[in-house]
Amino acid sequence: MSMFAIFNVSGSAVSAQAQRLNVVASNLANADAVAGPDGKSYKARQVQFQTVPMGGPGSAGVKVQTVTESEQPGRRVFQPDHPGADGEGYVTHSNVNPVEEMVNMISASRSYQNNVEVMNTAKSLLLKTLQMGS
Amino acid sequence: MLEQMTARLDFHGKALMLRSQRQQVLASNIANADTPGYVARDFDFAQALQKATGAHASEGVALTDARHLSLQGPAGAPRADLAYAVQTQPSQDRNTVDLDRERANFVDNTVRYESTLRFINGHVKTMLSAITGQ
Repeated sequence: MSMFAIFNVSGSAVSAQAQRLNVVASNLANADAVAGPDGKSYKARQVQFQTVPMGGPGSAGVKVQTVTESEQPGRRVFQPDHPGADGEGYVTHSNVNPVEEMVNMISASRSYQNNVEVMNTAKSLLLKTLQMGS
Repeated sequence: MLEQMTARLDFHGKALMLRSQRQQVLASNIANADTPGYVARDFDFAQALQKATGAHASEGVALTDARHLSLQGPAGAPRADLAYAVQTQPSQDRNTVDLDRERANFVDNTVRYESTLRFINGHVKTMLSAITGQ
């Protein structure tokens, strides 16, 4: 019964999108973090999706392949009285771009909803198939 | 006699299997809407059903002797030839899923699956009333 494979496919997509949402949440939470004692600030993270074959032909799920860190330089703010300031009086903030993260969040949330809807439809179809002939 | 009664049921059964297979392909497309490099799949339902029910007499090998075996048997579930969906709006990450089209196809396929189920249920009721003779 190939309809049951829909739950695997959409389930993998839902969990991948949830991980993407998780990464967005940690990026947004650390948007204003400054460099720690080691001088390294938080780097924005991003997930990389990859297709995984699931059973029969044409059935393809998703998984998060890797989580990459952005190599862009952190935001530098002139704050000489800050305890984390360097020799020139600059504080290095994280390189998170909040606007990009919000866009990423909306996209992940829409994809999540789409896949949940697919699972709901598949479930109601399967339930109706179960009552066949009655 | 019984063969005549179940022939139509067999046709709808094959249609139902193909519908559930297409539902799975469309679910895979929706799940991979954000995967870079994923190519959307789909198949021509009418063609697949014709192939499954053997309506294409020109295809295959002609039976010129009564002892020849038919190539198309009732063996297993019908299989559809998967093709690649035509790209509507090219995207930077080479993903060819058009989410609006996939959602529309998914809903369309859902309704048609349910209608096939109703045909089967109606046919079963007809046969039952013929059997009981009331």
